[in-house]
Amino acid sequence: MRVLNLLKISWNAIQQNKVRALLTMLGVIIGVASVIAMLAIGEGSKESIKEQISSMGSNMITIRPGAGFQGGVRTNPSSQQTLKLEDYLAMEKDVDAITEVSPVVNGQGQVIYGSNNWPSTLYGVAPGYIDIRVLKIAEGSMFTEAEVNSSAKVAVIGQTVVENLFPDGEDPLGKTIRFNKIPFKVIGVLEAKGENTFGQDQDDIILAPYTTVQKRILAITYVQSIVASAISEDTAPDAVDQISELLRERHNIGEFQEDDFNVMSMEQLISTFSSTSEMLTVLLVAIAGISLFIGGIGIMNIMYVSVKERTREIGLRMAVGAKGSDILVQFLIEAILISVTGGIIGALLGIGVTQIIEKILMWPVIITTYSIFVSFAVCAITGIFFGWYPARKAAALDPINALRYE
Amino acid sequence: MDKGILHLHELKREFRMGQEVVQALKGVSFDIHKGEFVTIMGSSGSGKSTMLNILGCLDQATTGVYEIDGIPVEQMTRNELAEIRNKKIGFIFQSYNLLPRTTAIENVELPLLYNSRVSTDERRHRAVEALKMVGLGERLDHTPAQLSGGQQQRVAIARSLINDPVVILADEATGNLDTRTSYEIMSLFQDLNAQGKTIVFVTHEEDIASFSSRTIVLKDGYKVSDTYNDDIWIAADHLAELPKPV
Repeated sequence: MRVLNLLKISWNAIQQNKVRALLTMLGVIIGVASVIAMLAIGEGSKESIKEQISSMGSNMITIRPGAGFQGGVRTNPSSQQTLKLEDYLAMEKDVDAITEVSPVVNGQGQVIYGSNNWPSTLYGVAPGYIDIRVLKIAEGSMFTEAEVNSSAKVAVIGQTVVENLFPDGEDPLGKTIRFNKIPFKVIGVLEAKGENTFGQDQDDIILAPYTTVQKRILAITYVQSIVASAISEDTAPDAVDQISELLRERHNIGEFQEDDFNVMSMEQLISTFSSTSEMLTVLLVAIAGISLFIGGIGIMNIMYVSVKERTREIGLRMAVGAKGSDILVQFLIEAILISVTGGIIGALLGIGVTQIIEKILMWPVIITTYSIFVSFAVCAITGIFFGWYPARKAAALDPINALRYE
Repeated sequence: MDKGILHLHELKREFRMGQEVVQALKGVSFDIHKGEFVTIMGSSGSGKSTMLNILGCLDQATTGVYEIDGIPVEQMTRNELAEIRNKKIGFIFQSYNLLPRTTAIENVELPLLYNSRVSTDERRHRAVEALKMVGLGERLDHTPAQLSGGQQQRVAIARSLINDPVVILADEATGNLDTRTSYEIMSLFQDLNAQGKTIVFVTHEEDIASFSSRTIVLKDGYKVSDTYNDDIWIAADHLAELPKPV
C-alpha cells in the first residue's frame, strides 16, 4: 500500500518532466540497445563458425604424424611415415570412445572421363569415412568392406568432379573414370557440401578404398592420417586421450618423449575460432557497458537536479508526515523507473536494430534471452546505484530548511 | 489547571553558531486547550518561528517539556516525529506550499499518502469532504496555477484538515493575501474553530490577533504576555463592511 503510493508519487513526478526524463533515459536506451545488439552479433558469429565446423563433422578426430626426430634433426611432419595401417586396425579394435575410424591416404592427379579431364584429389579411405566427415550419398552407394579387402577399383565422386567430367548431365553411375591412368568404376555420387570455413571446395573429392589407393596409386604401406569420430562432442576429449595412449604405447614412446603424432579434435578447432570471436564480443560489450555506465551517471545528475529543485516539496512532504525512508524510496523509485523504462525501450530498440542488421547486412545474429535479462538487471542496478546517493541526500534534508528553501 | 492538548513547560532552544550559542527560546511555558484559537505574536527575532517549528514537531527543544495530546516528544527520533506530524498536526504555510501541476484533490490527499491505514477510497472521500468544507467542492481537479491565492490557501487548509489533527498550525497564513481575502480566510478559520478545531496562528499582524480568542506574545525568547480576548472580532462582519470589489 505504502510502496504503491510512493510508486504513484514517483510516476507523477516523471510525468511532469517527460522530456527531461526521456533525455535522461536516452543514455540507458543507447547503452542497453548496444549491449543487446553487440551480444547478438557476437553470439551469431560464434554460432555460425561452430555450425560450419560442425558440418565438417563436429565429433571428428584427426590423427596426423607429428614432428619427427632423427639424429637430432627435427623433420617435417608431413613427410613422416609413422602412422601405420596397424595403428588404424588397433584403434578400430581397442578404442571404445570412437564409433568410426578410417585411414586416409591421398594423392593428387588428373581424373579423366571421355574427352573431359579435371585435376582432383583421390582419397583412399574406409567405408566409415563418409559418416565421420558427415558426407551423404546422393546416388548409388558407398563401397563396402569387401571391396576394401579386394582392393576393388571403385570410386565415389563429389559434385565438382561430376560437373567437370560429366558436363552434359550424363549419369556418372556405372561409368569408368581414370585417375592417373588407373580405371575406377563410379558406384556413388556425394551430395554437394560447398566450401568449408577455410574456403576449400569440399565437393572436389574422389573416394576409393584405401587398399586400392595404397597399392595401385601411391605404392605405400603407411597411412598419411587417420580420422575417427567420437561417440559425441562431449566424449571427444576422452577419445583423444585414449587414442594418444594407444599410439604412444604402439610407437614405444617413453614417458618423457614427445609424441610422434598429433591428435586433434574438432572441439579444439572450434574453441580456437570461438575464442577470437569471443574476445571481440567482450570488447564490444565493454564499449556498450561504458555507454550504459555513462547513462547511469546521467541519471545521477538529473536526480541531483531533481532533488535540488524539489527541496520545498520534500520539506512539505516531511512536514505532513513523510519519513526520511519515504523520501528515499520515492526518489529511488523515480531513478529506477527512469532506468528500467529506458531499459525496456533500449531492449526493444536493440532487438529492432539486430533485426535490421540481419536483414540488411545479412550477418548472422542470435538474440539470447540472457543478454536481455542481464542488460535489464544491469539497468535496475544502475538505477539503484546512481539513484541512491541523490535519494539519500533528499532523505537527509532538514524539513525546516527545506521548507524555507528558495 | 489541567494540562492542555499542547503542554509546554520551561521550553528552551539553543542554536550553536560557530563559537557562539544563540538562545532563541529562554524558557517558555503555556498550555493550549482543545477548541482554543490562539495567536502567537512577536516581532522578528522574538523566537516565534522557533516556537512554531517546535510546536509543529519539525524541531525539538534543547531542554524543557513539550507534550502534544499527552505525548512527550522531546526524546523522539526523526521517524517518530514524522509520525506525530502525520497524525496530530495540520500545517498551513504563508506561501501555501502546494505541489505544482497537481490537482487540488491530490494536494489535499498528500498527508494520507503517508498513512498506510487509510484506504484509497477513504482518502479520496475525506479529501472531497475537506475541500467542500473550505468551499472548493467545485474545483477538485484544478491545479494551483488555475486557482487564486485565496483559493490556494483554502486548498492548503483543506490539506491541514484531512488527517483530523489535534491542532492546526498556521504560519502567517494570510501574509501573502490582500485584506479582503485575508478576512475570508480568517472567517474560514473562525468557522473551523466554531466546529471545535484547535488553531494556533503565528503572525506579526495585530489585527489578525483580534479574531482569535487568546494571544500569546513572545519577545527575545520569553513569553511577555498571555491574554484572553473578550472582544473577538467576527471576520464575516468585517468582510461585509469592506467596500465591494468592482
